[in-house]
Amino acid sequence: ISFIPYLFKRFQNFLPFPGRIERFTFYLLDYNLCFDKQVVYMAVVGSFPFNSFLSGVLSCIGTAVLAVCLRIQVNKDNKEFKDVAPERAFADFILCNLVLHLVIMNFLG
Amino acid sequence: MASPESAVNGPTMTAGAASKSLRNAFGGVIAFIILVLIGVLAFSIRLFSVIKYESVIHEFDPYFNYRVTQFLSKNGIYDFWNWFDDRTWYPLGRVIGGTVYPGLTLTAGTIWKVVNSLNIPLSVETVCVFTAPIFSAFASWAAYLLTKEVKGPGAGLTAAALLAMVPSYISRSVAGSYDNEAVAIFALVFTFYLYIKTLNTGSLFYATLNALAYFYMVCSWGGYTFIINLIPMHVLLCIVTGRYSSRLYIAYAPLVVLGTLLASLVPVVGFNAVLTSEHFASFLVFIIIHVVALAYYIKGILSPKMFKVAVTLVVSVGLAVCCAVIAILIAVVASSPTKGWSGRSLTLLDPTYASKYIPIIASVSEHQPPTWPSYFMDINVLAFLVPAGIIACFMPLTDSSSFVILYIVTSVYFSGVMVRLMLVLAPAACILSGIALSEAFNVLTRSIKFQLPGIAGNPSIASEENGSSTVVAPNDIPKTEEAAKEKPAKKNRKKEKENVEKKPTPSKTEKRLLVLPLEASVIAVLLLVLLGAFYVVHCVWAAAEAYSAPSIVLTSHSNDGGLHVFDDFREAYSWLSHNTDVDDKVASWWDYGYQTTAMANRTVLVDNNTWNNTHIATVGTAMSSPEKQAWEIFHSLDVKYVLVVFGGVVGYPSDDINKFLWMVRIGGGVFPHIKEPDYLRDGQYRIDAQATPTMLNCLMYKLSYFRFVETDGKGFDRVRRTEIGKKHFKLTHFEEVFTTHHWMVRIYKLKPQRNRIRGKTKKSKSSRSVSSKRDVRGKRNPWH
Repeated sequence: ISFIPYLFKRFQNFLPFPGRIERFTFYLLDYNLCFDKQVVYMAVVGSFPFNSFLSGVLSCIGTAVLAVCLRIQVNKDNKEFKDVAPERAFADFILCNLVLHLVIMNFLG
Repeated sequence: MASPESAVNGPTMTAGAASKSLRNAFGGVIAFIILVLIGVLAFSIRLFSVIKYESVIHEFDPYFNYRVTQFLSKNGIYDFWNWFDDRTWYPLGRVIGGTVYPGLTLTAGTIWKVVNSLNIPLSVETVCVFTAPIFSAFASWAAYLLTKEVKGPGAGLTAAALLAMVPSYISRSVAGSYDNEAVAIFALVFTFYLYIKTLNTGSLFYATLNALAYFYMVCSWGGYTFIINLIPMHVLLCIVTGRYSSRLYIAYAPLVVLGTLLASLVPVVGFNAVLTSEHFASFLVFIIIHVVALAYYIKGILSPKMFKVAVTLVVSVGLAVCCAVIAILIAVVASSPTKGWSGRSLTLLDPTYASKYIPIIASVSEHQPPTWPSYFMDINVLAFLVPAGIIACFMPLTDSSSFVILYIVTSVYFSGVMVRLMLVLAPAACILSGIALSEAFNVLTRSIKFQLPGIAGNPSIASEENGSSTVVAPNDIPKTEEAAKEKPAKKNRKKEKENVEKKPTPSKTEKRLLVLPLEASVIAVLLLVLLGAFYVVHCVWAAAEAYSAPSIVLTSHSNDGGLHVFDDFREAYSWLSHNTDVDDKVASWWDYGYQTTAMANRTVLVDNNTWNNTHIATVGTAMSSPEKQAWEIFHSLDVKYVLVVFGGVVGYPSDDINKFLWMVRIGGGVFPHIKEPDYLRDGQYRIDAQATPTMLNCLMYKLSYFRFVETDGKGFDRVRRTEIGKKHFKLTHFEEVFTTHHWMVRIYKLKPQRNRIRGKTKKSKSSRSVSSKRDVRGKRNPWH
């Protein structure tokens, strides 16, 4: 039980990331919230326009996943991605998001 | 000893570097030329059917695709998506937009449109016929790219050359075989290539391309479920063997999300992408990889002791939650009758499923398990190069080589279940054989090079080439040592020692490159080349003789060597299109449905799509019933003509009498008054004098053998090799309208209903016949 404050202290030590990395965490939490809202809505109202539900849910998950990928690539402590410039990673992220949202808009109906 | 050599090797080092880059450039040009030649080879080996017969569409399924492409080119894409076809499955119709895999037709339609807009006047048929060879060239290039990612360019070129010629792939992609697999195999290999590329580089760009290639695959073929199950299996394998890395996450997670979305865009798949069990594996592994990623992340943050505590806490909670979720999932899946899997997928997992429950799937000849000789026929030499390739993949084992191993193992299993899936085995076999051959050539040529006296030459160049020849782990620098002491040439040993001193020593894995005796390696190289020659000869023979026959046209050689052509099918279809009304309905067995709608342009009852088992069973029952009952069934479906294929005069073995037992089984599966033992005498299927009366009276027998005795006087059936049982009979409810030149297709017309009944009045006749029949038969015939 005592490891919880220990964890909290370690997190505080760990938190001075370069500013952009820190924002990722909140970005992800935001999307998580959006996703939960959609699932609750579906549970309450029923999933009639199933494609709309699906596209909304998958868009949340999709952008969250892509944000995680970007974070992996941009993180300077990550040894495997030393030679990938963060601009290139960001450009890939934009491209992937573009394709994702194109598909979602098509599927939204 | 080091310094004078270093002084000597200084200028040679730069000269070596310069010559190495020149050699690399030269190698690149040669590789490009070889690839172009491989593409030309892949294209031209599939042209035998066009040369031997004509540029025509083969078989049955391609005719449907051709008809759809014609519609697309004439009416545009919006009408294509919304097309409801009322000329097939009368009276039900078929929603083409929602039940066809559009990839092939859209591809060919696009090619046709582009080519015509460039003012090259190619007809739709020409484009359709030649789509398959073009995409097979693309597929070999994709195989080159894939194997290059796994092992290196040498292996890539070998694999591409093998795939261009492998008979299994040729059989489904000859010029004229306009079927889904023609583009699907290209999409399959290309998707795998992009997946491996993403895994190796970890770039999101390739992940996006991977998802788009997967989308193309979903558009093209129902076999896309293979991809969406193989990739999660591989991810799981990597996690379990401890090869998890963030590249794996980037390769897999976006693919699942984007891929599922894109798959649901295709109307055929629709919501099946999230609802059917075939896709659950990908979601499960999606969750698992997130859990693993989280675990690694936390492990990076905490110290080991704290991590253990956290792990025990999380694991105990997580296990409880997991068990609950899995229990719910199993309950949900098990509540649906087929447990959420489609019939075809279940057949793959349990090969006996189809024969027990769904006779239609079991009756298709492509769905039977293959025989042992068909392996050697279809992949020939590769069958025993594959195990060598598997071993070569283990040294060293990387993510990509583990993927290839998993691919070959699963495809070998599935090809053992269905002949049709030998096609999926072919690229895997070619890749692994390419790896095996390339590694073998590496070792042998290296042995030759090191043992030719004096040609060991400049040691720095030789050792650099050794570094480039093992391209799998570019960070490793292998040390060369002479392991076998058979030829202890003093000069060689001294030069090897110099290499050892000069090479920078920190290398993670030290490789001992073995050197074989000179004569053995020369003979081995010659033997390998001979092996390749045998393979090529076999492939060309298979392409020319075995797989190039369009089954719409048959040929045989007469005694004096002349070629006799049987064009009966097209004769019958053109008779139908010229001599019947546009709205007339034609009934035949489902094999000929696509061809009838495409070539004769008449409405049919059932066709090769086989989506409605009851309708097919109705036709099967009609074919197995006596004339009057069959007439009533057909009349209730507005049928005007019945088409029957009969091979007894010329010896054509795939005629309807040979397929008749399947008609009985399928009909009997839905209408219990048709019982298979009624048609068999002592368990044997016969049509001669010993046949059962049910058999001799059924519609199929009568329509096939009507006036058959007039051909040779005795009624000798060349396929069954007996004389037929009932020789002289008249047809009461049908009349013959057309028989083709070799009696292969026979068309009958339903006689119109009589205006008055002769003899006793109708009421008493029917009541007496009903009461007498009730005594005799156990089950009531629903058609009376």
